[in-house]
Amino acid sequence: MAEKILEVKNIHKSFGKNEVLKGIDFTLDKGEVLVIIGSSGSGKTTLLRCLNFLEEADTGTISVGGETIWSAGQKQSEVEIRRNRLHFGLVFQSFNLFPQYNVLKNVTLAPELLETEALKEKCKADKSLSLKKEKKILSQKIEERARELIDTVGLRDKIDSYPCQLSGGQCQRVAIARALAMSPDILCFDEPTSALDPELTGEVLRVIRELKTADRTMIVVTHEMEFARGVGDKIIYMADGVIEEMGTPEEVFGNPKSEKTRAFLSKSAIKN
Amino acid sequence: MAITWSSFWQVTLRLLEGFETTCLIFALTLVLALPLGLGISFGSMSKFKPIAYITKVFVWIIRGVPLMLQIFVVFYVPRLLWQIPFFTRFNAVIVAFVINYACYFSEIYRGGIEGIPRGQYEAGEVLGMKKSQIFFKVVLMQVVKRIIPPMSNEIITLVKDTALARVIMVTEILKVAEEFASTSALIWPTFYTAVFYLAFVGILTILFGKIEKKLDYYKV
Repeated sequence: MAEKILEVKNIHKSFGKNEVLKGIDFTLDKGEVLVIIGSSGSGKTTLLRCLNFLEEADTGTISVGGETIWSAGQKQSEVEIRRNRLHFGLVFQSFNLFPQYNVLKNVTLAPELLETEALKEKCKADKSLSLKKEKKILSQKIEERARELIDTVGLRDKIDSYPCQLSGGQCQRVAIARALAMSPDILCFDEPTSALDPELTGEVLRVIRELKTADRTMIVVTHEMEFARGVGDKIIYMADGVIEEMGTPEEVFGNPKSEKTRAFLSKSAIKN
Repeated sequence: MAITWSSFWQVTLRLLEGFETTCLIFALTLVLALPLGLGISFGSMSKFKPIAYITKVFVWIIRGVPLMLQIFVVFYVPRLLWQIPFFTRFNAVIVAFVINYACYFSEIYRGGIEGIPRGQYEAGEVLGMKKSQIFFKVVLMQVVKRIIPPMSNEIITLVKDTALARVIMVTEILKVAEEFASTSALIWPTFYTAVFYLAFVGILTILFGKIEKKLDYYKV
């Protein structure tokens, strides 16, 4: 049996009087790709933001690998929130690359900061280590890995470029490499192609498709129905803050049970 | 009276002495007001409302009153209240200038910091960065780039505002020139000071242009 990596229970979220999420429950196995579809305003993005702790849900629990990392009402320190966040990676619709750094530095910055902190602790405990030397080794290791990741997203020749010199599709691929560099348990994509020109969506979708391996768990919010169907192991159709329909691509796209799902899919012009 | 080479030279030397004071006021104000302004900008952006409110009122007062008046207040009010010379003339000028410019700088910082898109902070957050790391490693350089044009404007204004120091008898360059007018009936040294100001501002303009160019490799 597959190992359950993520369990989300009873997530509610309101902004003022507007209830955006009205009780979301789902589980995800390790290596599964979950695709969330639904019209704008259905709560897809809010759900991802709650998973990444950019928003705090009002109720519910989030468990990763069997451990409840967050439950509503429990006040968490900044350290705990940071630790929780590391379970998840997020690729934004608008990339949000750091404009003052080149591609390589965009990818290495966060791991370097995080692991330097750990290294400082280690060197404090063990006086025989030289922080400077250890840091150099660490930086090399991180850079090596970053180069591999940048290779994976097909941007080897852009490694020294700055975000403003790249196309939207290239920026988004850097953002994917940057998220992967933190080795998250679950990598989330928030409409990764919605800000791109149509001719650039292909390269980004291809990269995401190639990332699908046995142990990489992903959640993708998208409007690209064909892609959803191709890459998803599990599809969730969200409407008005609830999971209207959940199932395999065949079930959801081929034989939708709900009237709403059917209406949405026919509007999205995907028919068999 | 005709301008002779020797009188020109004498005047130049005397003006240079005054110009030294001008430069000193400029440099001290800049060095002290830049960090203080950052502090004030954090105050005005504070999530703790009373602090934000007090800071904003303070900035409003400082920006709403002529700098000349502020110099008078700093210099004379402590003397009137406690009959003690609280500041020397020069120090009073520095205190008034630093507070005044820090308030202007704080608004520039605030604009620069608030102009950074929310997504930059969020990107740092989801990558597990600390708040301080996000500020120093992600946001700061973008703020610097954004604020350089308005900052250079303000700093160039500061060069000329130093002339206000003469209202409490601090002998900066224009005060020296005025002394020539009153004691020797020479008016041309007053006009001649323009050369010093122009040279100074010219150097600053080139410097800021260089910095802007240096930061041209990325866009925010």
